[in-house]
Amino acid sequence: MEFDFAEEQPKFLMLMYGLIAFVAVVGGLLLLLDVVPAWFARRREAQLVAASASGAPLPRRRKQGEGLFALFFLLPTLLLLTVGLVVPAIRTTLLSLMDGSSTNWVGLRNYSWMFSDDSIVRVLINTLVWVVLVPLVATGFGLIYAVLVDKARFEAVAKSLIFLPMAISFVGASIIWKFVYAYRGEGDQIGLLNQIVVSLGGEPKQWLLESPLNTLLLIVIMVWIQAGFAMVVLSAAIKAIPGDIVEAARLDGVSPWQMFWRITMPSIRPALIVVVVTLTIATLKVFDIVRTSTNGNYDTSVIASEMYNQAFRYGQNGQGSALAVFLFILVIPVVIYQIRNLRQQREG
Amino acid sequence: MTTATPTVAVGTQKTDGTPTTTAARVRKRLNSRTATLVSIVIAVLWTIPTFGLLVSSLRPEDEIKTTGWWTAFTNPQFTFENYEQVLFGRSASSGQLAGSFINSLAITIPSVLFPLAFACLAAYALAWINFRGRDWVYIAIFALQIVPLQMALVPLLKFFSTGVSLGGVTLMPAWDLVDEQKFAQVWFAHTCFALPFAVFLLHNFISQLPGDLMEAARVDGATHPKIFRTIVLPLITPALAAFGIFQFLWVWNDLLVALIFAGGGNETAPLTVKLAEMAGTRGNEWQRLTAGAFVSIVVPLIVFLSLQRFFVRGLLAGSVKG
Repeated sequence: MEFDFAEEQPKFLMLMYGLIAFVAVVGGLLLLLDVVPAWFARRREAQLVAASASGAPLPRRRKQGEGLFALFFLLPTLLLLTVGLVVPAIRTTLLSLMDGSSTNWVGLRNYSWMFSDDSIVRVLINTLVWVVLVPLVATGFGLIYAVLVDKARFEAVAKSLIFLPMAISFVGASIIWKFVYAYRGEGDQIGLLNQIVVSLGGEPKQWLLESPLNTLLLIVIMVWIQAGFAMVVLSAAIKAIPGDIVEAARLDGVSPWQMFWRITMPSIRPALIVVVVTLTIATLKVFDIVRTSTNGNYDTSVIASEMYNQAFRYGQNGQGSALAVFLFILVIPVVIYQIRNLRQQREG
Repeated sequence: MTTATPTVAVGTQKTDGTPTTTAARVRKRLNSRTATLVSIVIAVLWTIPTFGLLVSSLRPEDEIKTTGWWTAFTNPQFTFENYEQVLFGRSASSGQLAGSFINSLAITIPSVLFPLAFACLAAYALAWINFRGRDWVYIAIFALQIVPLQMALVPLLKFFSTGVSLGGVTLMPAWDLVDEQKFAQVWFAHTCFALPFAVFLLHNFISQLPGDLMEAARVDGATHPKIFRTIVLPLITPALAAFGIFQFLWVWNDLLVALIFAGGGNETAPLTVKLAEMAGTRGNEWQRLTAGAFVSIVVPLIVFLSLQRFFVRGLLAGSVKG
């Protein structure tokens, strides 16, 4: 029952190495950036002195210094992005055209597998359900709540309560909700949901085993986490509505209902789109919740969790990569829509 | 904006907003009543699951397993034993989360610092240094935000385990990391994945700094590194804080990257990996799961509550996390 601190020492040592590396790299880079231009300046000065002494024409000042600076400022970022993101993404695309052990080319077989294998079609349908429901419901709750608590007493506290789940990890949230869905065969129920069902005269259920209900119950977890995000962004948008418009409407005796549909909704439309798009992308990539709650069993798997299982559990690199590429393809139109929208806003 | 400007009817002198008729007053009060009621219901719905977890984590094992946490109020029995067990227990089944807690710290701190520093430098260059192709570099980095990190996982893992060789020539040897050295892989992966968003967010702030300031500094003979250190850095501290919190929460709460690059061993697995594993293999050990979950929640909660202001600002400034 005691904790051996000595065992943990290598970790702190490693952390220290990491921090030393950080100081060395960043400090070194800044130092380099300071020393190099100083050296150039000194050389140029020497050239000028020599030129004026000999009466030769002054050497032309070269403009490439700026580019050199930029290169050093950008070097770590560009290097890391190339090694860690660009090259791997291209390789994944290639891997998706190869078999499980990445030795033979198989053409588009991994993709046709994706749309013909029943269990994977199920995965795609589940993902679709997630992507339709989460942004809709989370934004809905966030919007209602933002409108209701706007200018209310205790607004800050009320908002914090909804916002708090944002700080909780998906894993933590999944455990919290698994406990809500917990089931006991006999005796008192320990899960809140089953207790409610029992007290209403129903039979307790193993919620997470029942497809397709279990997918909806997992979606509840995501909504629970993301509603806070929607609420904060929308609340800021609501507060940005010019006061005179609201005041004018109020003087006209507009009912709260009309106020919401005629004034609030049109004014916060841009923020609403940002929220829905962000949530859509986040939902497409959802992995932790499914993995922690059901591990993708009982027909709950989604693209991201299936990709993990294929690539890292079954060793099917080709099929896993194909799923990753498909995920990427799904994200693209959403982002294009977002960018087009932003541009319209800027122009209009 | 498509709002129809409402015309103010002559004669409505209700500048203080109080309804004149009794019916109107009743209706208004009813309206705000329902509004309050609905918001309270939502707030309760959102809080109760976490509250139940917290209460349960403090109850003795056989109580958790046989009765609902709501009975704790009529029959209060509280203990810290679950936390002791889950943090410091020596048996393999207890979780040994104290070690994982340290792992989480060791993973998170460098994973926040590296992208912060690199993105800061890059964002400055993209905003204030004139060079050819600047816009294209910015657009490329911006576009990388949409690449899901799933696209990079398999090759990146291969990169760490076998190195890079081109046509039989080894360009880079395998990293061959063991035990806690694997932290370096996780730092590397998190840094790469965070950079596009970090550059985007910090560029938003840095490019909005007044140009006169930079111009004046240039005229005074300051070089770019000097401007960066003495003028830009102090001015963008709020942005740095915003991204720092963002990245901290992201890394601390991440499961996927840690699962792949740190693995599940006691030497490297952070809290999220350990908890996910416990939830899978010991799904009915609620005394450990509840306490463990709360251990993992408590740090981000503190960070979040104390720095919420910065976090919200960051949320409103940035848009999509890749």
